[in-house]
Parts: sequence; C-alpha cells; structure tokens
Amino acid sequence: MSEEVKVLGNWGSCFSRRVELALKIKGVEYEYIEEDVYGNKSPLLLKYNPVHKKVPVLLHNGKPIAESLVIIEYIEETWKGTPILPEDPYEKAMARFWTKFVDEKCLPALWRAVWSPENEREKAVEEACKCLETLQSALNGKRFFGGDTVGLVDIAANFIGFWLRIIQEATGHGDLLSAEKFPTLFKWTDEFVSCSVVKQSLPPRDKLLAFFKARVAEANASK
Amino acid sequence: MSEEVVLLDFWPSPFGMRVRIALAEKGIQYEYQEEDLRNKSDLLLKMNPIHKKIPVLIHRGKPVCESLIQVQYIDEVWHDKSPLIPSDPYQRANARFWADFVDKKIYEIGTKIWTTKGEEQAAAKKEFIESLKLLEGELGDKPYFGGDNLGYVDVALLPFYSWFYAYEKCGNFTIEEECPKLIAWAKRCLQKESVAKSLPDQEKVYGFVLQLKKAFGIE
Repeated sequence: MSEEVKVLGNWGSCFSRRVELALKIKGVEYEYIEEDVYGNKSPLLLKYNPVHKKVPVLLHNGKPIAESLVIIEYIEETWKGTPILPEDPYEKAMARFWTKFVDEKCLPALWRAVWSPENEREKAVEEACKCLETLQSALNGKRFFGGDTVGLVDIAANFIGFWLRIIQEATGHGDLLSAEKFPTLFKWTDEFVSCSVVKQSLPPRDKLLAFFKARVAEANASK
Repeated sequence: MSEEVVLLDFWPSPFGMRVRIALAEKGIQYEYQEEDLRNKSDLLLKMNPIHKKIPVLIHRGKPVCESLIQVQYIDEVWHDKSPLIPSDPYQRANARFWADFVDKKIYEIGTKIWTTKGEEQAAAKKEFIESLKLLEGELGDKPYFGGDNLGYVDVALLPFYSWFYAYEKCGNFTIEEECPKLIAWAKRCLQKESVAKSLPDQEKVYGFVLQLKKAFGIE
C-alpha cells in the first residue's frame, strides 16, 4: 500500500523539527510543506488545524494530526523500527513526565529569560536555570535522556539541544546554558547534535543565527 | 507481589478526579490519602519533589505524576478491563489531541472566570464557551467522547463539570444555555457509578471557591 506522509512545518520551528526528527528516526519518507507562520496562514493549514491554526501538522494518507507531542506518539505507534518510547509502562510514564516538564516548564522559562527586559532579567534567568538544573538530573549518567539512543525526551528538548546555544550567541548572553553551569546537560547538547539522524533534522545554523540576530536587533530598536 | 495502589489527592482537584474515575472504571482497589495543601505530607514531598503537587499515583511504591500521564499509565497496566484509550493509532492521536485541548484551555480559562472581574472576566467567559462548543463539536452525536463507553477525553473533561456551578455563580452566566449538549453529556456520565463516586457535589465545590476567594482577597 502506498503511504502518503506530509508535514506542514516551518524551517525554524523547534516543534516542527521535532516531528521531522521522529520521522527520520523511523526511516519514514515524507513530503515537507513550508508554512509562513509569520505571514498569512495557508488554506491548507487552516483546513487541517482549525483549532490551533499552528504548525506542525502531520498528514497521513490525508488524515491530519496536530500538536508535536501527539504527533510523535502517533509516529511511534504507527511505524515500527527504532523505538522512541520505552515499552515498560512505568518507564513510559517517566519519559512522558520529563517531556511535559520540558514543554511546560523549561521552554517557557527559557523563552522568558531570553527576551526579558533588563530589570526583570536576573529573576527570569534564575528561574530558567532552576529548570535546566532539574532537567539535567534526569540524564542521570546516561548518554541521552532515552538511554543509549535518542528518545522522546531528547526530541522534546531539541530547543535546548540546538536552538538555545544559537540564541545565546545572538543575544550575547551566555548565562543560561554553559559548560560551567550545567556540565552534563551541556555535554548532552553535543551528543544530541552530533547524532546523524538529529543532524538531518536541524535547521541550517547560519540561517537560524541570522534569524535570531535580526529579532534581537528588532527588540533593541523598539526600546 | 501486592498491587498496592495509593492516591495522594485533594478532594476539589479536577486533576485528582480524573485519576479517581480511571481507577473506578477499572475496578482497582486503592488507598486514598487526602492532602492538606497548606501542610503537605512528607510522602507527597518525597513522591513528587519536582512539582510538589497532587495527584500522585503510587503503584508498588513508585510514583507517577501528572494526571493525564497517570490515566494513560492506569490504562496500560490494567489493560484488560474498560479500555479508556482507543486501540487504533489515529483515534488515539485524536483522543490525545482533545485531552491536551482540555488541559490547555478549560482549567486556565475557568480559573480566570472565578478570579477576575469586568472585561477580563467577560473575555474569559467568551473563550470558555467557545472552547466548550469546540468540544461539543468533537462529541457530535456520540453518547461519550469515547464512543459507546467512557474514554480518555471523557475522563479528562468530566471533573471540570463539578466546577461549572462555581464558574456560573462567579461569572453570572449559564453554561447549559450555550452548551446544552455538553451538559447532557455530563449528566449522562454521572449516571455511571465510577463517575458519580469520583466527583464532589457542585455546591460543595462552590463553597470551596468562596473560601479561596476570601483567603486570597478576591471579590
């Protein structure tokens, strides 16, 4: 049976790239459709994600699925091959717990710290660092959060694995993720980006850096 | 090995209610421990050191945190009885999507209804009704979100029904007027013993909300 898999995504979105990484781990071929999320949303996006109107959306034989983590669990259940989640229900629950921690605590705290005004920065950075410290503890001596191979938590933390260091370069602030502050988490980011399947799923470094430098300049200009 | 199941909970918590419903649907015996959130037990702090929140499900001494993660865990471990999550991957994804929608919208917006006034409250009421209408759309003509039986989305959403009366009193509006189908669905679910014994009385929840408003100085 011919399988049609499409991804509506955005080149710079870590959420969109999570889905692409999961598909590559499973060795699934797919058609990528770029969405301009800053301009007008396409009729396709509005049709397939009417509730949130966001990327990523996975289309499998014409049927849409939205929300990156929901999509990844679907990918895990639909295509065999390299597992993304553990089989044991308790280990699975732990992976979901840490994934939720990344999504609901780490990422918002990091984003606030990156863009916070000077007078609120210290507090925002402190909060974000607390999250990173807690997340670091989940590594617990392993090479990846998923153990020997990249798993759900690693995929969910792709923003921390790749985007964050580039953003720090763009802003000139290196006080969130550093080798001094979080040695094992920092080492994980190196392991993560050197993984061949991850490399294939990342946006071009220079393009992402230029993008964030432009946003920093915009933010400074409006002060 | 003992199946020992313990639930650390707080009676008005909609998140705790989700787990109670799931455990009841599966017919699982468990020990219920009521937590005083102003004086959290050592067990709670030990079992959920990161968030220090209820509910915490402890199975064979190991803690599982976060209500939807707990419901999925319960469904996976006790998979032989009353499945909550569909077996088809696409339907599973759909169920997860809508449970995530409930998580993202209902609790936060509902909280705004009883903690704010004026324009902010009006906006929250509008968004709340819009969200419920989207859920009604998903329910369609089915008796339950899960089809013929209670499913994952039913379990995710039902607890908030026990808070509807409090939202209505604080927001001065009637949910049934705008979303009759959803209220009919909730009443249908309450016919089930697993649901009826897991949800507190709406008036009791309203009384609790009034206490909170007083304690936090919210008018």
